[in-house]
Amino acid sequence: MNMQTNLRALLLASAVAFAPAAYAETPADALVVAGSINDIITLDPAQAFEFSGNDVNQNTYDRLVDFDPADLDAGFQPSLAESWEASEDGTSITFTMREGVTFHSGNPVRAEDAAWSLQRAVKLDKTPAFILTQFGFTPDNVDEMITFDDTTLTLQLDAPYAQSFVLNCLTANIASVVDKELVMQNAEGDDLGNTWLATNDAGSGPYVLAGWRANEVVQLTAYEDYFQGAPAMKRVIVQNVEESSAQRLQLERGDIDVARDLSPTDADAVAEAEGVKIEEQPRGRILYMGLNQKDELLSNPAVIEAMKYLVDYEGITSSILKGEFVTHQSFLPKGYLGALDETPWTYDVEKAKQILADAGIEGGEVTTIVRDLREYTDVAQALQGSMAEAGLTLNIEQMTGAQVLDAYRAREVPIFLGEWGPDYSDPNTNAATFAYNPDNSDEANATGLLAWRNAYEVPAEMNEATLAATQEQDSDVRAQMYQDIQRQYQAEAPIIPLFQRIERAGLRENVNGWQSGGAVTSVIYRGVTKGE
Amino acid sequence: MSASDIDAAGGRETPSPGDQRPAAPSATRRRAKRIGGVILSLALTMLGLMLVTFIIGRVMPIDPVLKVVGERATQAQYDAAYQAMGLDDPLIVQFLNYIRDVIEGDFGRSISTGQLVLNDIKRVFPATVELATLGTLIGVFVGVPLGVIAAANRGGIIDQVARVLAIVGYSVPIFWLGLMGLLIFYGILGWVGGPGRQDIIYTGMVPTVTGLLLVDCLIAGDWGAFKDAFSHIILPASLLGYFSLAYISRMTRSFMLEQLSAEYVTTARVKGLSERAVIWGHAFRNIAIPLVTVIALSFGSLLEGSVLTEIIFSWPGLGQYVTNALLAGDMNAVLGGTIVIGTCFVALNLLSDLLYRVLDPRSS
Amino acid sequence: MSIAEETPQSRRDWLLSDAPTTRRQARLGAMYQGWLTFRGNKLAMFGLVILILLIAMAIFAPWLSPQSPFSQNLTDRLQPPSAAHWLGTDHLGRDILSRLIHGSRITLFIVGTVALIAPIIGLFIGTVAGFAGGWVDQVLMRITDIFLAFPKLILALAFVAALGPSIGNAVLALALTAWPPYARLARAETLTIRNADFIAAARLQGAGPLRLLIGHIWPLCISSLIVRVALDMAGIILSAAGLGFLGLGAQPPMPEWGAMISDGRTYILDFWWVAAMPGIAIFVVSLAFNLLGDGLRDVLDPKGAKE
Repeated sequence: MNMQTNLRALLLASAVAFAPAAYAETPADALVVAGSINDIITLDPAQAFEFSGNDVNQNTYDRLVDFDPADLDAGFQPSLAESWEASEDGTSITFTMREGVTFHSGNPVRAEDAAWSLQRAVKLDKTPAFILTQFGFTPDNVDEMITFDDTTLTLQLDAPYAQSFVLNCLTANIASVVDKELVMQNAEGDDLGNTWLATNDAGSGPYVLAGWRANEVVQLTAYEDYFQGAPAMKRVIVQNVEESSAQRLQLERGDIDVARDLSPTDADAVAEAEGVKIEEQPRGRILYMGLNQKDELLSNPAVIEAMKYLVDYEGITSSILKGEFVTHQSFLPKGYLGALDETPWTYDVEKAKQILADAGIEGGEVTTIVRDLREYTDVAQALQGSMAEAGLTLNIEQMTGAQVLDAYRAREVPIFLGEWGPDYSDPNTNAATFAYNPDNSDEANATGLLAWRNAYEVPAEMNEATLAATQEQDSDVRAQMYQDIQRQYQAEAPIIPLFQRIERAGLRENVNGWQSGGAVTSVIYRGVTKGE
Repeated sequence: MSASDIDAAGGRETPSPGDQRPAAPSATRRRAKRIGGVILSLALTMLGLMLVTFIIGRVMPIDPVLKVVGERATQAQYDAAYQAMGLDDPLIVQFLNYIRDVIEGDFGRSISTGQLVLNDIKRVFPATVELATLGTLIGVFVGVPLGVIAAANRGGIIDQVARVLAIVGYSVPIFWLGLMGLLIFYGILGWVGGPGRQDIIYTGMVPTVTGLLLVDCLIAGDWGAFKDAFSHIILPASLLGYFSLAYISRMTRSFMLEQLSAEYVTTARVKGLSERAVIWGHAFRNIAIPLVTVIALSFGSLLEGSVLTEIIFSWPGLGQYVTNALLAGDMNAVLGGTIVIGTCFVALNLLSDLLYRVLDPRSS
Repeated sequence: MSIAEETPQSRRDWLLSDAPTTRRQARLGAMYQGWLTFRGNKLAMFGLVILILLIAMAIFAPWLSPQSPFSQNLTDRLQPPSAAHWLGTDHLGRDILSRLIHGSRITLFIVGTVALIAPIIGLFIGTVAGFAGGWVDQVLMRITDIFLAFPKLILALAFVAALGPSIGNAVLALALTAWPPYARLARAETLTIRNADFIAAARLQGAGPLRLLIGHIWPLCISSLIVRVALDMAGIILSAAGLGFLGLGAQPPMPEWGAMISDGRTYILDFWWVAAMPGIAIFVVSLAFNLLGDGLRDVLDPKGAKE
């Protein structure tokens, strides 16, 4: 009788008829991952520097040295290079290449490919190139500095760097070994294949890139001739799903195997759901607070000191950032050589008030901008609340990541709240940006250095200590040097590390061997297996 | 996406009195002149559209270069990218270059996806079209009968229900309804597929022919994939359909009321025709033309208005593409998307104008 | 009836007189007639009551709200509705009811400002175009078309992105995207009255174009614009909430309703009230505006009311 009810009934009926079978399972030999992959802009290993792009390249390429997915703590391991040897004066390293490895194209992996890959990255000079050029390579000299013969590859360095420093840098994605013949067949002009590699793979890794649709999906298929054995998962599909709640629903319903961006509350709920488990792993990203020294109020040492006591470390990590971050008050993340586990500061408004009162500071107002990500705006609002108790007013404006970064690089963010992710698995990656700033003038334009962005004039002896640590051959001594730097940093620096990121991946119960990459590298799929 | 948008579109369908100019001597010449004028004004509109977007893109405090080179870039790397993107040219040169490229069919490369904008649009636009089409179909197949019945039983229970339904449709925040719908129908009841166009496991199983996934599934003859795709699209399409329904049913009702009060209807009734025949046979037939216009406009507003729905449902469509691009300062992508949406909008308007002229006996 | 009877009988008669003696009496009489029609529409009255309550809520927000909308309590976060927190607490432990009450100010501010700016821009452009005709008309209408062809939310997003996110800029962006329909409407109205006798008469008396426009044309366009505005109000609220949802409207910790939904969506599966409460608030208010608009159309625009 009623048109509307009829139609609704019809719609419902059809929805039921078309509904997928409840609690469907993904195929036994496929790994289906949901995460946010909208940051990928290229897949050329010489250029890609985004988290999701690295996640792809980690699996499609091999490097001279790589991490073992089953034991990241063991550090870099032989991969395409079977062994290596440093010269006596420490200024050159010679790698012996593994025999019989082939690229996805079928071409053999030669020392020539490895040398060319590094030379190519230096010559293209894209953003991550500094990871290699810090050893003295330039587009002009790289052909002489990196040489090869039939079975070996030699790197000539400009100083006697710590061997661990050099090899850690070679685990970075920019050091991926690409298939020279294949790439040069697809080069346009003098781009060394940069355009072609943006959407294609020329690697020898355990997975072959089967497709990437921006903001949508990445598909990988197993490389059956992989030199360490073909991986168990024959297909890996990574879909871009940005909402945590959507990821959780998909996981609980069995539509996906792994959910990588669960919010704390969703992860808590997933942990209790049937057929699903949560695996925690610390990642390398540090959430820190940068106090811009161009700001009159924030450059006051008393304010810097007081701010350290105005962060509710406990409260935040047990509520808004629960399961996403742990308190970590030094700039080297746990998992790195020389990481410091000391937490000198606690949430103490009274103490902060006292510090401010002793310095004769009565109130003050700061306006800052924060990237419009829930984690950052929530921390900013919590800080806003505790600063208010100490008589300091914090005004917050939300902006997109691009806008905030723009202002930050122009030294225009009074209080920066955000994350820093290490670029490679060596402690220098953070030390060289947090604790190194040789020229603090505007003209220096050292936009890549966090210290410079916050206008922090790093003391000369700290600059020197940071440099010296890169050339210390004894790893124990090296670790000690970094710890000393961090202690001094905690005492005086206006850049205050607060938390370290942990990844809580939601997994279907039958997924084993998931490796998100820990603090030092990117996700590794080849160890994943599925039980019954 | 909202009442005001749909109304705004609806406002266009009344030909303004200014259009009724005194008849020129030759009908063909007049027609030729009119077509020329239409084309010219179309070109001007599109040019203006691009100019406004271009200016917004340039005053926007988002640096596209940074998106390309990333946060660790050195100044030299930054400068190199800045030059490569042609940003060191004067603004007017940049704009003219862009226009020239567009005319040659080159929309440039997107910096947020690293791919040609044209390829991106070929990929995302069908997703939006598919969603908007299904939404409009639902709006038409529910809204039109509802409007007709409401008009025929003016003041009756169905009329009241239709009215409430429409007003509620104009009043609900679509993103909220979407979230709640996803929670209830996917999360709790499991009646429909989740976010995205298909279950991940079906990704890439069906070859892309038209880009309309449902159609592609049928072409490939893959019934399983079709069922899966349908279960994913039905919820967002129903949401959009609801908004379309609210508008279409109201317009249908008012057109019908106008017809039902006309003399010929009284005559037909006097002649003893059944009420059913009067309504469907006579009155309804006469509202077909304005109705087509309304449907076209509603379709247009769904094309442009599905941004929030696409975001909620992780629907890889044009709205989401342009929004992401905008927030990344990716102006090539924004311009490309704006041109596509603007062209559709203008074309739909033109189409409904033409339909009016061709089908309406009074205007010839 | 019962309310009217409390006022002196004579005033009512005066208002409803068939033969008004002054222009003022006629005008007031017409308004009273309209009010009677409006009052007969129960749904519209319902809308009006809700809006009056909303305005009262906004005015008395500091006294009505049980707690500060900003005070956080991380140990008390995500509490379900209870005696202490009638509508529960959000992810920072803030009282949702208090935030909704204070948020009504923001909603009213946005709607009020946009509903003021957009029709005025539209009125100006539309009447000038219609009145001047010729190339002025062509240029202005082309501009209107350009803005009409823009995807609305994207244009608003672009404006906000260009100007920087803030509540003021959100208002501006919404106004800048909302004016074209008003311009078309005003132009159409102007064209119908441009050649009317009374305009010609006024022109003969030496009235300049500006005077004609402001003194004679604008007043005649206003009632149809008001109807349009009333019907658009809900759309403005929803668009503003959409901007807030995307993080481009009000900035934290301002309790803008759209932003509150956006905050709450992270918690929607386990803590439904965080997103649901502001959603319901937006729904109720835009429903009220729609009902009111419907009623107003019946009163002010008999043509449209015929349906």
